[in-house]
Amino acid sequence: MSSLTEKDRPIVQLLLSAGTCPRCIFRFCRVGSQTLYRHPYKDLMKDLKQFLEGNQEEEDRACFDVADPPCKRFRHGHTEEGADDLNQNGVLSQIPLANDGNADVENSDVENSAVEVCNVCLGILQEFCEIDFVKKMCEKVNSSDFQFTSFVFSVSLPPQLSVREHAAWLLVKQEMGKLDLSLAKDDIVQLKEAYKWIIHPQLSEELGVPTDGKSLFEVSVVFAHPETDEECRFLATVCPDCFKPAKNKQSVFTRMAVIKALEKIKEEDFLKHFPCPPSSPKNLCVALEIQCNNGAVFVAGRYNKYSRNLPQTPWIIDGERKLESSVEELISEHLMAEFKADSFNFSSSGREDVDVRTLGNGRPFAIELVNPHRIHFTAEEMKGFQQTINNSSDKIQVRDLQLVTREAIGRMKEGEEEKTKTYSALIWTDKTIQKEHIAFLDDIKELKLDQKTPLRVLHRRPLALRCRIIHTMKSQYIDEHHFRLHLKTQAGTYIKEFVHGDFGRTKPNIGSLLNRTTDILELDVESVDIDWPPALEN
Amino acid sequence: MAAAEALGAARYFTRWYKTSRGGRARTSACCSTPTGTGRDCAGAALSTQGHGFAPLRHGNCQSCCRICVITLAEAHPLLQPGKTITSINYQISPNCSRLQNKVSGKSKRGAQFLTELAPLCRIASSDGEEYTIYSCIRGRLIEVNENILSNPALLQEKPSTEGYIAVVLPKFEESKSVTQGLLTPEEYKEVLLKRQNSSSGS
Repeated sequence: MSSLTEKDRPIVQLLLSAGTCPRCIFRFCRVGSQTLYRHPYKDLMKDLKQFLEGNQEEEDRACFDVADPPCKRFRHGHTEEGADDLNQNGVLSQIPLANDGNADVENSDVENSAVEVCNVCLGILQEFCEIDFVKKMCEKVNSSDFQFTSFVFSVSLPPQLSVREHAAWLLVKQEMGKLDLSLAKDDIVQLKEAYKWIIHPQLSEELGVPTDGKSLFEVSVVFAHPETDEECRFLATVCPDCFKPAKNKQSVFTRMAVIKALEKIKEEDFLKHFPCPPSSPKNLCVALEIQCNNGAVFVAGRYNKYSRNLPQTPWIIDGERKLESSVEELISEHLMAEFKADSFNFSSSGREDVDVRTLGNGRPFAIELVNPHRIHFTAEEMKGFQQTINNSSDKIQVRDLQLVTREAIGRMKEGEEEKTKTYSALIWTDKTIQKEHIAFLDDIKELKLDQKTPLRVLHRRPLALRCRIIHTMKSQYIDEHHFRLHLKTQAGTYIKEFVHGDFGRTKPNIGSLLNRTTDILELDVESVDIDWPPALEN
Repeated sequence: MAAAEALGAARYFTRWYKTSRGGRARTSACCSTPTGTGRDCAGAALSTQGHGFAPLRHGNCQSCCRICVITLAEAHPLLQPGKTITSINYQISPNCSRLQNKVSGKSKRGAQFLTELAPLCRIASSDGEEYTIYSCIRGRLIEVNENILSNPALLQEKPSTEGYIAVVLPKFEESKSVTQGLLTPEEYKEVLLKRQNSSSGS
């Protein structure tokens, strides 16, 4: 537990007169006690001044004792006294002096600097630690109507803060050098870290849920300080290679680029271009955006398709919908409404053509629901959704509907490339057939095919040659021109082309095997042989 | 006639015909454009008349499948009885062989670009005649049929499917205009009739 000691005195004096706020001073003095930062601003200011005036160690300790005396605890978080209120410009108004108000001429510098916006944090560790701001954030969270059990808080700071931090560090380093002491930049408490120490408990209390680094619910704030936006510019002249113009980004002076440049720049060069200590700004930062969003949730299941007129994804040409609805819309619509998500991404373990049915156990699919406002659903409720979807349409049916993790999606995609599928095809032949003409197909095992990219997809796929295997076949004679063929094939086999030959570009094919012209009249997927998602008792 | 052939894989295509004038042997070309109900269409099979090319254009949706398959039209001399093919040559000039066409990627980069009059191949028959097969449509050459090199009979047995000459992909912007200047099967029949009448009449 570190607190201010005698050797910190010159630093405190230096920074306070430069216009640095108490919490930033603590950071530069490497104060690691979180509780200390949470003390009310007024008290911290008062105690700092007392510290500067006092000379005894006991007095120091009493001021900055980690265990809060009752009066301090009581006042934590409250701003009843008008003294802390900001005036219209967001500048802290006069705070009464710690001692009995006798304007001490020698301390006049200290007194005046107390009212200013901090020259290092630009108000982040001042105004933006107050309960009013916390309440404002909570208002935004509550009005956004999200369901969550924990939160993670993220804050984005304007890049010039790093520059000012750097300048303050150089100043302090110099001063400490006089006492033969050193201060590494890493020793300074990070601004973001200190800010979170102060904000987390307050936010947690207002929202009624704990913070959790792994939480899917994120509350984020973006701060900006337009008044000092130009302060980073000099870095581009001194370290031009750190600032590459990025096409999409508005400003080249990103936080990362600025930090990189500060690591590279020599002390002398920095001091030539930037005031040390940093100047006191007129205005506070502004909170540009307060946003909340929930991490995506994933719903998986298997679908059957009973329509020969239903595309997987919406079929829209030139803004005109060519076929009504789609597999993904029929499944996702209801889920979108229940989860109150912004959008969805539908994916499945392979897919079938518009005119192909999917029978048997169905095809595995997963839906990513983006930024869902509702996330807590029991297994019973999920079953309810499944029923609703199934009642809404006879074109598709779903089963095994359940919540899954993002990692689970990988298993589904594995299936697409590795697992076998079985099909049933209704085949027409030009010349007549008898049972004996097709019986031999049943005996063919592991038939190797060479399939060029089918003509029907060639306009949007690269020209390639695919080797695929038909594992087994079983024929069912119907009449002189028709038979049904059941096949088990490797993933990625084009069945239609295997039947009609695709101008001889799939070899061998049913036509070449039977020495006839053949065509496929109907195709059904009988099974997709993958064990995912886990089957549920229906 | 390729009636039987019009089924099977060629069912998904609409046939268009190109007739060319000039030359004593006026043959027809046949081109098929995609029809079909699937979202994927192949393209047009272009049969040319004159020397008889039949491009088949596949597709039900004009904005998707635009692939065209070039085939010989029914009235082409090479498809008449008694003709024997002695050679098929895709080397159309000292610098250009259609066999060297290499495409890569979805956009078929590297493809040889064809205009309507670009030769695809030259076919010689045992009676000493040589026929040049033209593209009839503008677009990128995707592939030529190497199966007919090893088995020239295929060209005569199944001219509209397995004996195809080439696959061509017109530019997206030109996919609709590609059939302008081509004849429907009915129009083609009329032209053939007129020729018969004029040759028998005179």
